[in-house]
Amino acid sequence: MAKKQYSFYPGCSSQSGASSSNYLTSTNSMVNLLDVTLNEIPDWNCCGASIGYAGGGELPRIALSARNLALSEQHNPGQEVVATCAACWLATREAKERLDHSATLLAETNEALKEAGLVFKNEAPPARHMVEVLIEDIGYETLKSGVKKPLEGIKFAGYVGCQTNRPFGIDGESFENPMYLDRMVESMGGEAITNYDQKVTCCGGALAFSEPEKSQKQIHDIIESAYDHGADMIVTPCPLCQANVEIYQGEVNKRYGKKFNIPVTYYSQLITVAYGGSSKDAGLDGQIIRATRLEDIANK
Amino acid sequence: MADMKVAAYICQGCGLGERLDTANLAKVAQKEGKAQVVKEHPFLCNAEGVAMIRNDIDNDAVTHVMIAACSRRAKTEAFGFSDVAVSRANLREGVIWIRPDDEESRETTQEMADDYVRMGCAEVKKMKLPGGNPEAATNRRVLVVGGGISGMTAALEASKAGYQVVLVEKAATLGGWAAKLYKRSPSHSPYADPQDTGVDAMIAAIEADSNITVYTNAITSKTEGAPGRFKIEISQESGPTTTEEVGSIIQATGFTLYDANNLPELGYGKSPNVMDQAGLEALAKVANGGPIKRPSDGGEVKSVVFVQCAGQRDETGKHLPYCSGSCCLTSVKQAMYFKDANPDVDTVVIYTDLRMPGNGEDFYRSGQNKGVTFTKGKVSTVEATGNTCKVNFHDLILNDQTAIENADIVVLATGQVANSGVDVDAKLKADIAAAAGDNSLLDAWNAAQTEGAVKPISVLNLAYRQGPDVPQLKYGFTDSHFICFPYETRRTGIYSAGPVRRPMDIIQATEDATGAAMKAIQAVENAAVGRAAHPRSGDLSFPSVRREGCTQCKRCTVECPFGAIDEDEQRYPLFNESRCRRCGTCMGACPVRVISFENYSVDTVGSQIKAVDVPDEFSEKPRILILACENDAYPALDMAAMNKEVYSAWVRVIPVRCLGSVNTIWITDALNSGYDGVMMMGCKHGDDYQCHFVKGSELASYRMSKVGDTLQGMGLETERVQTFEAAITDIERLPKLINEYADKISALPPNPFKGF
Amino acid sequence: MSIEKYTRSFLKEVEERVEEGHWVKMCMQCGVCAGSCPLGPHWEHTPQKIFMMIRAGKREEVLSSDSMWMCTSCYQCIVRCPRKLPITHIMHGLAYLAKREGLAPKNQPTAQFGQLFWDNLTKTGRVNELKLSLGMYFKDGFSQGIKNAMAMQSVGLGMMKAKRLSPMEIMGGHGVKDKSGFQAMLKKARELEDSRRKLA
Repeated sequence: MAKKQYSFYPGCSSQSGASSSNYLTSTNSMVNLLDVTLNEIPDWNCCGASIGYAGGGELPRIALSARNLALSEQHNPGQEVVATCAACWLATREAKERLDHSATLLAETNEALKEAGLVFKNEAPPARHMVEVLIEDIGYETLKSGVKKPLEGIKFAGYVGCQTNRPFGIDGESFENPMYLDRMVESMGGEAITNYDQKVTCCGGALAFSEPEKSQKQIHDIIESAYDHGADMIVTPCPLCQANVEIYQGEVNKRYGKKFNIPVTYYSQLITVAYGGSSKDAGLDGQIIRATRLEDIANK
Repeated sequence: MADMKVAAYICQGCGLGERLDTANLAKVAQKEGKAQVVKEHPFLCNAEGVAMIRNDIDNDAVTHVMIAACSRRAKTEAFGFSDVAVSRANLREGVIWIRPDDEESRETTQEMADDYVRMGCAEVKKMKLPGGNPEAATNRRVLVVGGGISGMTAALEASKAGYQVVLVEKAATLGGWAAKLYKRSPSHSPYADPQDTGVDAMIAAIEADSNITVYTNAITSKTEGAPGRFKIEISQESGPTTTEEVGSIIQATGFTLYDANNLPELGYGKSPNVMDQAGLEALAKVANGGPIKRPSDGGEVKSVVFVQCAGQRDETGKHLPYCSGSCCLTSVKQAMYFKDANPDVDTVVIYTDLRMPGNGEDFYRSGQNKGVTFTKGKVSTVEATGNTCKVNFHDLILNDQTAIENADIVVLATGQVANSGVDVDAKLKADIAAAAGDNSLLDAWNAAQTEGAVKPISVLNLAYRQGPDVPQLKYGFTDSHFICFPYETRRTGIYSAGPVRRPMDIIQATEDATGAAMKAIQAVENAAVGRAAHPRSGDLSFPSVRREGCTQCKRCTVECPFGAIDEDEQRYPLFNESRCRRCGTCMGACPVRVISFENYSVDTVGSQIKAVDVPDEFSEKPRILILACENDAYPALDMAAMNKEVYSAWVRVIPVRCLGSVNTIWITDALNSGYDGVMMMGCKHGDDYQCHFVKGSELASYRMSKVGDTLQGMGLETERVQTFEAAITDIERLPKLINEYADKISALPPNPFKGF
Repeated sequence: MSIEKYTRSFLKEVEERVEEGHWVKMCMQCGVCAGSCPLGPHWEHTPQKIFMMIRAGKREEVLSSDSMWMCTSCYQCIVRCPRKLPITHIMHGLAYLAKREGLAPKNQPTAQFGQLFWDNLTKTGRVNELKLSLGMYFKDGFSQGIKNAMAMQSVGLGMMKAKRLSPMEIMGGHGVKDKSGFQAMLKKARELEDSRRKLA
């Protein structure tokens, strides 16, 4: 079977020395093991994320995504754009949706793109998230069939968060209780805490920086519920969720007098380890709170 | 009639054979039940079992059949032998499904089954095969009173179904409220714009319809008779009085807008720029799609405010306490009159809860799309000065006391008042309220009796003992069973439709009228073959009175919920069988027990009560009689049995047509026979009643409140007789209720009348 | 701009000048948005109220409000809104208009961070997380910045140890190659939008 080819949009936080560089490490390992090829969009730029609204307004933000889409059309023709970051996926998909619905916006966007010598033809289908590739294009059964080291005995709280879930959703699942992360965990032989009640709670997003007190209340609840349900670690598809929930545990402990110390991992790390990849392949050396139980399996 | 020959059939299927000693049941049927034919069968409802019974009827002269098998509500087709009297002993849902299958329970379970066989045999011997209503009358025409959308729809629908219609309209032309409208709210997808009322087309269709006879400027000055044989006097203004004969009646007399003169604080009467919804329709008709002008000076209209719930949903007691359910639609439509002509006109709808029935939500959305502003708030006053108005209101979202200045037009949504005629129960309701400590209704009634007081004008002028119009439930709307039988009034063969029944919009009124037309057709067809209307539709039994025993006490004529009973010249009750719903309330009311149905009588139930083998006071086996309404309580018990809910083996259940049919003699009989307690289970009563016969359960509860004295006279504890409200959904509750009651009765000493 | 109460003038402005503003009139005041927002209790005026205030013509109160800046972009309100209003985007749009009109509250931290973020990404085409963090710490001056940075020292060190924060980024770090084209594109986009939405 020919390798599946996608036009890949890695996003700023995945770059070396950035906050989710280990996400990219594990994604690269994962797609190699799954026989999927990611063709990086040449010279891609930042998506603007959601918080970009304050400085950017509407059209400049759409232009950001349109530039990436135009570059993808030009260099990776016929390939679907795939993002690993929730914000990148959301911004790219949302921009296309707006352009589909407004001739004015499309015309203005192309007028702006012209300044960069580009044109957006709006030919490509909507951008996709990596988990869509995994569960829609590959499927749980196929994913499961490649497992070499099942993640036996590890209990995962599947923290889906916001933007991988809302407003577009994954695989038609409910916004209130999506199950795909749990099913992915189970496919890898791990134990999913399916009734984890904070699975779609907001971590505060960018307000973790600007409104730490308000955001840390969110983060506290997300972690505490994982503990209450007996989780060994949290798993998430979103780099900002990962960063906020992992990095701020010390701050949350100080504020709330807790002793939280729970690893927060990516699904791509789980798959890499379950498929026989090393700790390094899985980017587990990038954890601030080490996921030792996962490392143990990887080192077996 | 040939000699009575009773046959008892004992089924062994569905586990009955394993759980019960059916040979003993057969013995009971033969020895105690005196059945001449007794047969056991492994699977009675199968073709062979049914054929066996059929053969005994056809070739062995069996006239009375007792089937001991499942509930009378099951296998009704297999066991529906229409040419003989049939009783059912409920051994499956009534015994084996509600008792534990263990050694300990075997004896009491068998005793239950034995008793039900005794009861089934006793009952069937007292039953006669109903012969059908002898007064079957066959006029199939339908009278429609009221020529608005509801009445015209009913007339056209009945005609389309092939029935002749007499349509009476009080005004000079047909059309009613709808004819006063510029446009109506939309009836079709996408529910986005006002549409033509369609009144002209309906009038044309009626005029072209040879099935429909129209009287305008006319009223029904007298209505007498019964379904299938109503005689109507129609009086026309400055014209002759005509008599028409019809089989059934639809009352579609609509509503009148609540009088805005009662709302001076909202500026009505102070400026022509403040109007009710009819006022705005009149302006819109004049404008006919062009700009609507300001009435005070003909100036340009830039701002319009719609005040919802004006004089409605009022908690002060001054105005209408209810929601009319249609005015929000109308205000959105009227705001569109302005928006569609000129989008720059500001239109603000001030509402507390926007109620947009049916697809009205789409219409609301369309209004928002067109730029109508919706503000959740409560208007306190409207100041009308010069050519503009100031609308003072409380913004309920922003909790702001605020105002809209410079409104050119203010429209008050005042709501619907039913055109329902005379409140025939007004005195009764006032007395009940006064007994409960509320004198307001009685005061109002007394005031209405004084000379010079404005008397409500009757719509139907019924020549019925119980009053000239159909009874009202609340707020002047006609009474009908709101869950199950919405169009049935409490006068059989008379149906109400449209806003006279409850407040509603045109879409609902159209549906209502169509439904009522179908019911009116059903009524004439039932009357023609002497069958009951709902809820015992198809029942051929009818009440008869043994005149020589009657004391002319009038309780039957007063208590009949359907006004079926008049009085003859000698002051005896005169039954109009076609008006009767066969509930048996008259039978329950009769102190001398002279009223009965062929297949349901004081005897058919009384003999069952007496047939039960009541153990002596030393056996520690109490007996409890349950009289359960067949409409809700009995089905709920059947369903509890399907769920295998367990309840006490001390109870013996007898279904009754309605608690209203319970005659107190049954209670005293039971206590005299040694029963330790009596439970009665009937439907909910009150304003939100669920009684299928409207008043039956209420009357029963009233009668039973008097039983306490009788009990005390007998030296018995009052808790030995209790009435419970039961709904068809009480599947888990009823078994619990039974068990609690059984515990309570077990704790009392045995009934001292045992063994007498 | 003169605004009359409960007339459509501010609503019209919102429809013309705010991202997705044409949806505001479709709100049916159910309040599900207010009940669904993770930061709901911190909003001075919930989205439901903001929509009502727009209809009531309360321009100043809306645009100078801190409320829209509480949005975390979690999209909970969007997916739950029975009228499918893009509430998140409307809040973003109102906040942006407020900022452009100079009405946004001074020193609003999310407003400041959002601007920092935008400036950061537009400089090279990609976000430089180190500079972004430092920028946030030092937004209130040098000495406050040192304090903030010290307070967050353990977080930063942990990140660096895990190679997820690079001190080298201070030197410039990642970026797009076609920086001039990228910036010209954004400049044009802003011009077009400003003229269409009448933003000064």
